Amino acid sequence: MHAEEKFTDATWPASPEKATLEGKNKYLGFWLFLGGETVLFASLFATYLALKDKVPDDNMALAKDLFELPLTFIATMLLLTSSLTSVYAMYHMKNRDFKKMQSWLLVTVLLGAAFLGLEVYEFNHYVHEFGHTFTSSAFGSSFYTLVGFHGGHVAFGLMWIISLMVRNAKRGLNLYNAPKFYLASLYWHFIDVVWVFIFTVVYLMGMVG
Amino acid sequence: MSTYAKKKGFGATLWDFLTTVDHKKIAILYLITGGLFFVVGGLEAMFIRIQLAVPNNDFVSAGLYNEIITMHGTTMIFLAAMPLVFALMNAVMPLQIGARDVAFPFLNSLGFWLFFFGGTFLNLSWFMGGAPDAGWTSYASLALQSEGHGIDFYVLGLQISGLGTLIGGINFLVTIINMRTPGMTYMRMPLFTWSTFVVSALILFAFPPLTVGLTLMMFDRMFGANFFVTAAGGNTIIWEHLFWIFGHPEVYILILPAFGVFSELFATFSRKRLFGYSSMVFATVLIGFLGFMVWAHHMFTVGLGPIANAIFAVATMAIAVPTGIKIFNWIFTMWGGKVRFTTPMLYAVAFIPSFTMGGVTGIMNAAAPADYQYHDSYFVVAHFHYVIVGGVVLGLLAGITFYWPKMFGTMLNETLGKITFWFFLIGFHLTFFIQHFLGLLGMPRRVFTYQKDLGWETSNMISTVGAFLMAVGVLVMVYNIIITSIKNEKVGNDPWGDGRTLEWAISSPPPFYNFKQLPLVRGLDPYWIEKMEGKTEMTPAEPLGDIHMPNGSFLPVTISFGLFVAAFGALFHMDDKAWSIPVIIIGLLITFGSMLIRSVKDDHGFHIHKEDLMDNTDKGGKS
Amino acid sequence: MANEQSNSANPNFNLKYRRKQSAEEMKHQVVTFVLMIFFTLIAFAAVAIEGISPWFIRPTLLLLAAVQVIFQLYYFMHMKHKGHGAITLFIFSGLLVGLITVLAFVTIVWL
Repeated sequence: MHAEEKFTDATWPASPEKATLEGKNKYLGFWLFLGGETVLFASLFATYLALKDKVPDDNMALAKDLFELPLTFIATMLLLTSSLTSVYAMYHMKNRDFKKMQSWLLVTVLLGAAFLGLEVYEFNHYVHEFGHTFTSSAFGSSFYTLVGFHGGHVAFGLMWIISLMVRNAKRGLNLYNAPKFYLASLYWHFIDVVWVFIFTVVYLMGMVG
Repeated sequence: MSTYAKKKGFGATLWDFLTTVDHKKIAILYLITGGLFFVVGGLEAMFIRIQLAVPNNDFVSAGLYNEIITMHGTTMIFLAAMPLVFALMNAVMPLQIGARDVAFPFLNSLGFWLFFFGGTFLNLSWFMGGAPDAGWTSYASLALQSEGHGIDFYVLGLQISGLGTLIGGINFLVTIINMRTPGMTYMRMPLFTWSTFVVSALILFAFPPLTVGLTLMMFDRMFGANFFVTAAGGNTIIWEHLFWIFGHPEVYILILPAFGVFSELFATFSRKRLFGYSSMVFATVLIGFLGFMVWAHHMFTVGLGPIANAIFAVATMAIAVPTGIKIFNWIFTMWGGKVRFTTPMLYAVAFIPSFTMGGVTGIMNAAAPADYQYHDSYFVVAHFHYVIVGGVVLGLLAGITFYWPKMFGTMLNETLGKITFWFFLIGFHLTFFIQHFLGLLGMPRRVFTYQKDLGWETSNMISTVGAFLMAVGVLVMVYNIIITSIKNEKVGNDPWGDGRTLEWAISSPPPFYNFKQLPLVRGLDPYWIEKMEGKTEMTPAEPLGDIHMPNGSFLPVTISFGLFVAAFGALFHMDDKAWSIPVIIIGLLITFGSMLIRSVKDDHGFHIHKEDLMDNTDKGGKS
Repeated sequence: MANEQSNSANPNFNLKYRRKQSAEEMKHQVVTFVLMIFFTLIAFAAVAIEGISPWFIRPTLLLLAAVQVIFQLYYFMHMKHKGHGAITLFIFSGLLVGLITVLAFVTIVWL
């Protein structure tokens, strides 16, 4: 199957992301990359856990003083839902329904952007209300690095999905761009996986003490 | 594209190499760059030995000495050994599995250019206020105190070249999993391909901790973070852990390809199937797996406690088992074989005792209580040079000599090759064997000079003489390369005469599409099987058809160059230079802009048509 | 090329069957999502309600997170489908290396 081939609904392959050798390679390569990313985030988590609540001065805010349930809860719901919407987008990709795929991707992007907005508000809040900054303590450095790395991944994912949507808006689906959309959605799920650990290990366990 | 212009001007050739995505040309780029850095690292080694030749020497100052030892280690590991390993993998692995290229030719090129600019950036430190001086391990407690920009060059340069390595690793993995020719099952893959596979997996999991460690160091030094600043709650042990979680697998990343090369050599030049093929595969995988469980043996004296030390000591000793399996299998491969002592085979035979000595001192170091005695002494220096030089470098020299005709289409001179071998081998043992005893006599590593009458003078002088012998060996090799390149006597498909694997079934160097028709593999050592049935070439697995090939691209250079520019901005950020932030932004714009162009511009590659392939039968790319 | 699904003689019938299958799968995805939301609610509730021992909450939270991640990987990211052998191997190797790293950093990063 060639990347430039024209399709009807009936001839569109069941797994368009893996129908060409290029697609298959990209699919596998991206999963391997995610395997590496797992170790990257594990190292950041490990660093955070080693430096959690390590502050030079007893008056400085600790994890249990900083975090609040409602904010984390809303952020979690936003990101979890965006994971489902990107599944919907891929569902429509497999059905070769480009319009619906684009609209679900748009919902995903909006949810992701809302999450990012919330994170910016949160960081701002910590800095101004608690004096908890990147340079104030080892705890601060490790917290902002871990959560910020995740936020950076969200931002990169947003830019990736948006540029795919814009680039392909006029020409619809083919076997050349199907793997690209699919990888972007895998990346988005991975971001969600990391967030599951962040809200559990950083926020919830931080509040438990 | 099928009409290959024979004589190209220098500019055209340069542009060709700047934009190439062909794994064979990228291999040559890795070889040249890695070779140059090897010479730089070798010069640094010579300066170290000259300085230590006599007591109270003042050939270099103490500060400069620190920079030299740091750059010697860093250059040799990251900028010489790694790219030379990558050169062999790129040149040979796709041919061995019968692929037309790697899975991601564009990323292959990107990986090289990231390494190139990272390595160049690191070495520019010599001309821009001083090289890094905290040792190649750059322990945080020391590195944070280091003045000037040396450590910043280390952090940013390694970060960029590390990215390139990671990309290369993923690329090789996908190539091996997805692109094997029909019949090439996992258990028919040549050992060099197997070691490439395991090494790539190690790269995938070992480089992220280094990335994180370097990022934390960068944040601490350049952006005011406190990861390693004890006064602000930080912890310097975090760096040591992250570095060695990367660093220990890294030494296996270097040695396993050497094992792979030697496995090919022993089988080829004994004219025998490799003894215990499946146990060799098993041992390779097991070494890779155990490689992640032992990093804390570099930290026995940190004070992790007796339980942690005991666990890591036992795990370390366990690695001797699969390594022992390999050593015996190599010996048994030679046993009863028709051994031909070509230059590469000499390296292979010399490797066994040399490397085993390094392995035995490794077990001595793994005994945690005894390590308190050896730690930070010349005993450790002797140990790791025995495994790195006696294993990796001998493997690289053997591999380069062995695959030289496949890469360049001409043989290196055998007599000169043997002269190199003897100078290098004798020089190597002369340099490092005596250092075991220097260590046991109490000479600490990383000191820039020593007093008279400590009983170290003679040994150090012997060691320096040995280093000069090694240098002579390398010079002879350089002469060999130049003279044979000028003569350029073309050789056929199988210049060693006993090739067993697919790469020897095609012309030297292969056409840019490697295989006109993908070959059918019917067992281990597929080319040997065909030879034994009286055939001269492989049976094709597919009819002659159009071949899809990727387009070249200049974008890998610009993507990497952008990071190179941004790194300068980050470096001078701590000096409060007003232009630092704009430079970072410009650099990142170049990088991300190039990435955007890459992702927006469709690149479907091109097809070589069947008719063109039928025309040029002389290209020798048949199956 | 290596597209496993066969095009039977009647492409429209084939299409209908495939549509039905993917609709079925989408239903599973929604169920997975509902379960994930449910687990998240439990996790947040466990922290919100006062008086539960931290020694009970901590392992519960980790367990819930692990289950969610398995859901994400196997359902949303389709790791349960055929042909994911190599992928499974590498993801779990990554998780193992990561786990060892975290374990080391919570035990032997300082005396």
